[in-house]
This record gives sequence, structure tokens and C-alpha cells, in this order.
Amino acid sequence: MIAELGLAALWLAAALALLQLALAAIGLAGDKPDLLAGVRPVAVGQGLLAVVAFAALVALFLRSDMSVLLVATNSHSAKPWLYKFAGTWGNHEGSMLLWVMVMGLAGAAVALFERALRHDTHMATLGGQAAISLGFYAFLLFSSNPFARITPPPQDGQGLNPLLQDPGLAFHPPTLYLGYVGLSVAFSFAIGALLTRNVDATFARAMRPWVLAAWVLLTLGITAGSYWAYYELGWGGWWFWDPVENASLMPWLAATALLHSVTVLATRDALRTWTVMLAVVAFSMSMVGTFLVRSGILTSVHAFAVDPERGTFILALLALYIGGALALFGWRVGAVREGARFELVSRETMLVVNNLLLTVILGLVLIGTLYPLMTEAFGHKVSVGPPYFDRIAGPIALALMIAMAAGPLTRWRRDRARAVGRRLIVPAMVALIAFAAFAIGVGGSIGALPFAGLVVASAVAVASLAPLWKRNLLRTPLFTWGMVVAHLGCAVSLGGMAADSAFTVEKLVAARPGERIRTAGWTLHFDRILPVAGDNWTALQADMQVSRNGGAPVAIHPQSRFFSTPPTTTTEAALLTRWNGQLYVVLGQEADAGRWQMRIWWKPFVTLIWMGGVMIALGGALALVGRERRGWRAKWRARRLPA
Amino acid sequence: MKRLLIWVPLALFLGAIILFAGRLATPDDHLIRSKLVGQTLPAFALPPAASDRPGLSSKVLATGQPRLLNIFASWCVPCAAEAPQLMALRRAGVPIDAIAIRDARPDVDAFLKRWGNPYARIGLDARSGVQIALGSSGVPETFVIDGRGRIVHQHIGDIRADDVPGLLNIVEQAR
Repeated sequence: MIAELGLAALWLAAALALLQLALAAIGLAGDKPDLLAGVRPVAVGQGLLAVVAFAALVALFLRSDMSVLLVATNSHSAKPWLYKFAGTWGNHEGSMLLWVMVMGLAGAAVALFERALRHDTHMATLGGQAAISLGFYAFLLFSSNPFARITPPPQDGQGLNPLLQDPGLAFHPPTLYLGYVGLSVAFSFAIGALLTRNVDATFARAMRPWVLAAWVLLTLGITAGSYWAYYELGWGGWWFWDPVENASLMPWLAATALLHSVTVLATRDALRTWTVMLAVVAFSMSMVGTFLVRSGILTSVHAFAVDPERGTFILALLALYIGGALALFGWRVGAVREGARFELVSRETMLVVNNLLLTVILGLVLIGTLYPLMTEAFGHKVSVGPPYFDRIAGPIALALMIAMAAGPLTRWRRDRARAVGRRLIVPAMVALIAFAAFAIGVGGSIGALPFAGLVVASAVAVASLAPLWKRNLLRTPLFTWGMVVAHLGCAVSLGGMAADSAFTVEKLVAARPGERIRTAGWTLHFDRILPVAGDNWTALQADMQVSRNGGAPVAIHPQSRFFSTPPTTTTEAALLTRWNGQLYVVLGQEADAGRWQMRIWWKPFVTLIWMGGVMIALGGALALVGRERRGWRAKWRARRLPA
Repeated sequence: MKRLLIWVPLALFLGAIILFAGRLATPDDHLIRSKLVGQTLPAFALPPAASDRPGLSSKVLATGQPRLLNIFASWCVPCAAEAPQLMALRRAGVPIDAIAIRDARPDVDAFLKRWGNPYARIGLDARSGVQIALGSSGVPETFVIDGRGRIVHQHIGDIRADDVPGLLNIVEQAR
């Protein structure tokens, strides 16, 4: 019953999306205000129905309704409830349903809350959003129905991949999708603006909060995903340049560029064409990433639902939407009048530099991700891994960081190079001191890139605080605080990355219970191995006492877990966080006669990577609230006044 | 200039679409081909794997006339499935040698008794060392070796009835 209800809601939502598109298209083409009046209610209704469909699937998973094929193949009645719940999106169909729900909700939000946009552009935007949603509804209904039944129903389900049975599954996919799919709003805004020939500063001010919100959530989602992969996979790394990671990084790079160019457009009415292009590219990257991962044409840790038919379907959607948007761009952008000009030394120029560097990184990541496909078309099989990405993207990212240090210290419209230089004296001195300190302290023992990373991170951290210099901190606008926090977050994150690759100590041992292992100032007493049992797993657990430089010992318990449905072994690394780093211990196989393989890492300041990520997102949130607060307050007053 | 630039993203995107479509249309090729095709066999010498056949060394494979080198195992079901095709090739006059992978002599004897024995010599590769040296990634696989001991062709997986004429053709050309 619930499954049929969910399916009915999904069909109805699709029908409303079609209606929304038709109302907007016919209303705009024929200038019929009575039709356009229906667009916003229909958009809200469509969003609500998508939520109903999603809630139905969640209910089916929570009740372990094994007569539903998707539940039977991806869940198990003995799973803890959190993983039944989060397992809803731990598979292809459920995650696509989450995708369309986010898209429907984003459309409903644009219908309800967007007030600054010109009316016809608003309607065209909602029509665009409906057009994209429609394709993804069709994808779900025709080739990935999450509500399909199975007869006879099996006794119990096949279970969820144990790597996904982690609280990370409850947090990472929803935030990532909110950001990933939230970028569809920027895409629709661009379509709406091109269709109604309305690209100017007002348009940019209307689009900015939507971009900012999606970007904040995408940043959080990527940060959470990185930390989850770091502790769950037990490989000790936090980024692997896997295609699926690139698939989330590329929209983020485009959205970061968009975020900055939209500010130029909103403040100075410049970079019109470029901003529209980026708005199209950001969500296009989300769709291309989804296609690459879901069609199975690239192998990835997230390679679920490898199915050429689905791949063909998404490819058709890509061709339609991205191709259509780019064609519209080519056709209409000539009509977009050139925006304001600016001087060479100005904030605008710095933001153009930021955009160019971000775009170059985006291009290089895209090429690296697609390179195996390109060479395979010519009969060569290659894989592109971290050495390419680190070496190519790393130096450009450092250059980007330096531009980021200088940008906020440059004035809008025109500035003098000498004045900018003077404001950069302190950060430059910090860079020199850091250079000398690291060269004397550790020089030679670490690679050039991590070394440069440490120096740049120190200087940029100071530079990012400079906009607060000599200001009344209480009177500093919230969005300036947001920028400062986000830029500082970049420096913090970079510092963590550089420290991790420069100073990590790794040790592989085969130890007997009772032995003592020493590494990087830590002493690990390996007390014993014992079996333990959880809700739906059993594990071999190593009990260890660890202490650093003779301090008080702390107990840690790395495990090797065995899940029976489906039969899989996972490693549960033991992580011990200290202010200056993390101890990371993985229990491996029994080597021979009572000796256990263990992998031990001491990772100085590695946690800064994710703290920086959270700071970046927090900065974005502050900027969003800071920019929009006035509008919200005015709206609230306006609503109270008539009463 | 600007007018042309505006269409560059669409052109690049269409290129990507063609690339993706081409990749979707070609079936996934998971086969790992040996890097040694076209090169001389690596040197090896293996003890006999069956009671009534001698062992196999790389020297005896370069005997002036082309032959097949079949990689099989008694525990491998597709190897039993391809046995009639190997018998057919043998009857067509192609000499066949074999390497039994991770096997034991009584098991190989039983396998050959049940499914037939087309082989002139059978070497026992108890730890897959020679198999790895050959660049073979599984059983069954069949290499075509020319008279000078070079690998001419690698057939991955079991030999089906419709593969036989093609293999005969390759053997013929290697003469």
C-alpha cells in the first residue's frame, strides 16, 4: 500500500512538473498572466509530492517491507534502525529519489521565497527547473522505479554494504545532494535570464543566496565524505582522486568560481556572460559526474547500478539539458550587453584571476577524469591517479591561495599596485619567517609541494585576517566576517593537507599480543585480541594501551569486523585525536602463528583539513545570513504591518 | 572572435557526448591480454602433471611447427566444457600441449579419463608461477605458439565450437 502510494505521488509529481513547464512556457510565450499565476502553486505542489514519495520509501525501509524489490536487495531486518533509515539512499534508485526530491524542494523554495527577481525571469526559471525535474522523474519512473514489488517476497533482505553501515551515511549523501542538486537552481536562473534577456546586477543579487546556500551544503557534504572515507576505509588517506570524488569536486570548483563572479556582477555589474556560463557549468558538472559514476563507464568506489540502459538514459538527459543550455547560451548571450569595465588593478581583476585559476583546475581535473576514456577510444588502457592530480592541480591551487590572500585587500573599481603591496607586507613577512623556520626545522626531509603548502598556508592565514585590521569588529558586516572565516578556513585546510603529507609517520608491524610497538613518539602496548559482537556483526578486536612520550596511557580498540549479510569484512580503524594530530591504527589479518598485522599512522595536524572545510562552509553561511538578513527583516515587518 | 568563443563550450560538450556514447556502445572489455603476444615464450620447465604424459618445457614448444598451449585445471568447469573442442582441434591435426594450474596428478588423471586427453605433454604448474610469467590471468586460456616458440595469439576463456575454425586458421597462418 505504501509502495503504491509512493509511486502514485511520484507520477503525480511528474505530471505537475509537466504542468509547471507548460504553464510557464505558454504563459510567457502568449503573455497570459492567468496561466503564469498557476506556476508557483504548482511548483510547491510538485515539491510536496516529491517529499511524499521519498517519505514513502523511507517508511518502506524502516518497516523492512521485503515485498519491495529495492528493500529486499538493499536492506535486512536485523539492521539497526539508523541504517535502515539511511539505507534508503544507500542504493541507486533511492539516491535518485533523494535527487528528485531535492530538486523538487529547491523548485518549491524558489517559488515561495524568491522575491527580488523580475517576474518573467522568475517564471522562466521555474519553467526551467520543471523541465530538468521532468527528465529525472522520467528516469526514475521508466528505468529505476524504487517502488517495484517482488513476488514472492523473500524471507529477509540481502543487507546493506557494511562499508555504508556508518553514521556517515545519514549525513554525507543528503548534504552532498542538497548542494549538488541545489546548483540546479543556479542553472535554471541562467536559463531564465537568457530566455528573458535579463542579466544584470539585480539578477545577480537574486541568484547569489541560492548559489551560496548550495555551495555551503556542497562544501559540508564533501568535507563529511572525505572524513568518512578517511576513517571507514582504513587506508589512512583523505582524498583519493577517485572519479566520484572528482565528480563532487568539479561542481564545487565551478560553484566557488560562480560565487565570486556573481559577487562581481552583483556589486559592479561586470562579468555578465561569464557568470551565466558558470551557472550553467556548475550544475552541468553535477550531471556529468552523476552520469560518469552511474553508467559504469568509469570504475569507482561508488560504482553502484552499473547498467548501460540507465547510462544511456542519463546520457540522453545530459545531451538534452546541457546541450540545450549551451546552445541557448550561444544563441542568446550575444544579446547580453557588455557589463561595466574595470581597471587592471582592482578587486574585479583579482576575482577574475580567482575565476581563471579555478577554471583551470576544473579543466585539469576534468581532463584527468576523462583521460582514461579518451585513450581507451584509441585502444590504450590507462588509469590516471594521484600523481597526476597532485602535481598538476597542487601548484595551481597554491597560486589560487596567493590570489585569495591579495584579493580582499584590493579595492573595487581601481586601486594602486603599490598600495596593495603595502597591505601585503605583513603576510609577506610571515611567509618569509615561515619559509626560514620550516627550511631550518624540517627542510630537505619533505617534498617541495608540502613545503610550499606550509609556507603559503601560514601567510594566507594572516592575510585572510587582514580585512579585519583596524576595524570595529562589532560593526564589521556579517558578510565580511563570512569571507574572512571562509578564507581562513582555506588556509587551515591547506595547512592540514600539507602537514599530513609532510610529517605523517607510517609503520607496518606484525605483532604478538603482549608486545610493545614504538613509533613517532608513541608507545603502543598490544594487550590482547578478543572477539566482540555488535548488532549485526562480530569482530576481532585488539585491545591496546597507547601513550605519547611517557604520558598517561589511553585504551584504543581497532577492529576487523565481519558482517554476515552480505558476508563482508571491514576494518574499523581506531582513531585517537590529539590537538596536534591523530593516531590511526588499523588491525589487519593474522600473519602467522599468533602475530597480527597492524598499520599505524601518526598524522600531525590532519584534522585541520576537515576543520578548515567546516570553517569554509560556516563562512559561506555567515555571508548568506549577512546578505539576506536585511531582506528577511523587511519582509517580516511588511507581513506584520497590515495586521 | 567573441562570437566563435561562445560556441566553444557547446562544441567541447558535444565531443564529450560522442565519447560517452561510444564508450557506452562498446561492451565492457574486462579481458586482460597477455603482454607477451608476439614475443618469445618465457623459459620454463615443468614436471609431468599426468601419469601417462611427459612434463613440459619451453624448449620443446619450439619444434618447427605451430601448436596450441592450453592452460587448464582439473577443478575448472569451463575447462571440461571446452574439452570436445580441443579434441576436435587435435583430430584436425593440431598438436596440443598443456599446463595444469594448481593441480594434483590423481585429479588430472581423473579429469583426462572423464573428458578425454588431446594433449601431447602436460606440465604441472603447482603455484601458478609459469601462468603468471605467460601473462595468463585465468583458466582456461589457450595460446597459439609458432614453430620458433613465439606466442602468436591468446584465446581467453573456453573455446566454443564456433571458435574452432578461427583457431585453425591462426595455426595455419603460423606455419
